[in-house]
Amino acid sequence: MSPLLEVTGLRKSFPAARNLLGRVTERTVVSDDVSFTVGRGETLGIVGESGAGKSTVGRQVLRLIEPDSGTITFDGDDVRKLKGKDLLAFRRRAQMIFQDPFSSLDPHMTIRNAVGEPLSIHFGIKGADRDARVVEMLERVGMRADQLDKYPREFSGGQLQRIAIARALTLDPDFIVCDEPVAALDVSIQAQVLNLLLDLQAERGLSYIFISHDLSLVRFLAHRVVVMYRGQVIETGTAEELFENPQHPYTKTLVAAVPDPRARRSSAAATALEA
Amino acid sequence: MVTDLSLSPPPPKVQDDVLQIDRLSVEFSTDHGWTKVVDDVSFNVPLGTTVGLVGESGSGKTVTSLAVMGLLPSRGVRVTGSVQVAGREMVGLTDRQLSDIRGADVSMVFQEPRRSLSPAFTVGDQIAEVVRRHEGLSKKASFTRAVEMLDIVGIDHAARRARAYPHEFSGGMCQRVMLAIAMVCKPKLLIADEPTTALDVTVQKEMLRLMKELQHEFDVSILFITHDLGVVAEMCDRVNVMYAGQVVESTTIDDLFDDPRHPYTEGLLAAIPDPRAKGARLSAIPGAVPAPWDWPNTCRFQARCTHAEPGRCDAAPIALHDLTEGRGVRCVRESELTLKGLDG
Repeated sequence: MSPLLEVTGLRKSFPAARNLLGRVTERTVVSDDVSFTVGRGETLGIVGESGAGKSTVGRQVLRLIEPDSGTITFDGDDVRKLKGKDLLAFRRRAQMIFQDPFSSLDPHMTIRNAVGEPLSIHFGIKGADRDARVVEMLERVGMRADQLDKYPREFSGGQLQRIAIARALTLDPDFIVCDEPVAALDVSIQAQVLNLLLDLQAERGLSYIFISHDLSLVRFLAHRVVVMYRGQVIETGTAEELFENPQHPYTKTLVAAVPDPRARRSSAAATALEA
Repeated sequence: MVTDLSLSPPPPKVQDDVLQIDRLSVEFSTDHGWTKVVDDVSFNVPLGTTVGLVGESGSGKTVTSLAVMGLLPSRGVRVTGSVQVAGREMVGLTDRQLSDIRGADVSMVFQEPRRSLSPAFTVGDQIAEVVRRHEGLSKKASFTRAVEMLDIVGIDHAARRARAYPHEFSGGMCQRVMLAIAMVCKPKLLIADEPTTALDVTVQKEMLRLMKELQHEFDVSILFITHDLGVVAEMCDRVNVMYAGQVVESTTIDDLFDDPRHPYTEGLLAAIPDPRAKGARLSAIPGAVPAPWDWPNTCRFQARCTHAEPGRCDAAPIALHDLTEGRGVRCVRESELTLKGLDG
């Protein structure tokens, strides 16, 4: 079976400098010939340091940013050519979860409307039918139904991120780009949100792009991993290969820099030997 | 009162402690009245060591460190208890007295180095200012010291870069500048509040190495505040785990990972993803940290604790009791429970 998502030769640059006439004289390339695939039910991790271009890739895949060139194929369709009804259908099937739930949810919208809005837009579902679906989704992410008429400010970061996930899930998508979904959350809450993502994948066969600077999380969650550096993909592999036997010097540096409490013993012994 | 129930006398005061915090409480004036956000916190930082302060947001670790520095506002805040830096009491000092101590005996670096630096002055001037203020050196002599210090923290071409402004430095380089400012007057205690959280992992590694080198060279003791147990493992000799304003476990680095005695510590360790258990669910601590005005006057973790026993854990305040010298746990069931360490 063909992969759910296939990205080939993605390229995007932004103007970096202009001359006196306002003509662009220099461009910063943020995605340089980026290619990868995401299989059905698979999690692809994208790692790299800040500025490597991880988020820009995630957004181009969903056409939140238009690429300069390259192809994006989603379930056989050329995403860059989608229009009208087909584009709407793609937007239903492919969702995004952002890093900061405080800024990704509209502060003036109650939870009822935030989670229910996609249902009205895509299926025209309204009123009690819609509420029933919203409650079902909220319960799925571990929120209570009596919180429907509250506003985002009344929730904690962990709760808001679960609401954002509920909103992403109401349309029963096949694919979600998760851009640092737990970076803003405390350790104990992180695990709750990640478990939810894992459960949904097991139940519904969801595919994820999981963008994170936290390598130990990606190692745990992703099936395959893409390492980005300055807009380019410099290494891809299964999570096991990449973390246990990195090939590219940059990947080696990156993997070696992760503080690992489990390696504490061995490094303590090494320090003792040196001294 | 919580303090009345303390079972054991406070630990004997050792001369060698650079920082001694004794029964520190901090209350804020909120819509809910006076709200205690740091409750009866006691711990020490022995000379030459790095002590970790670990906890989630809202656990009170940053407020504790601000109280040590005397950086809490005077209005709407009540601080009780004692904080001694190098034998000198910090609680109750005037701003003038505090400013003599800050930068000289105790310094602090923060999470966002760029926000801590002034955009309007060169980094050299910002380092030199500390020297002038505390050591009374001339403008020229203090700038020379600033250049030396920049070199020590690993900034190349220090003499030239001293004349650059913060916006010309990367985040990691700004944090080096912050360390230069903090260390230039050779303080006895350095407080580092999530100093590497905003940095990339490779930069973080360099920063941690630099802090260890500085500790060695300047003989400084470090209070290291972080939520990252990986960083704790790399840096700390001892750790205090905070939950909802209280220290719930105080222990050595080895015991923290191998033999945790508080269920919250166990929960934090279990939440670290284990690559060998791939595909399994992560172990999560259910619920969330309650808001300070909702903290119960009993065990504050019991609502989320898998080991909680009704009638005991929710009956009365729990004291931090000493298990052995330098090891304290705030849990009534401590002696009955067998908790899992990192690889247990």
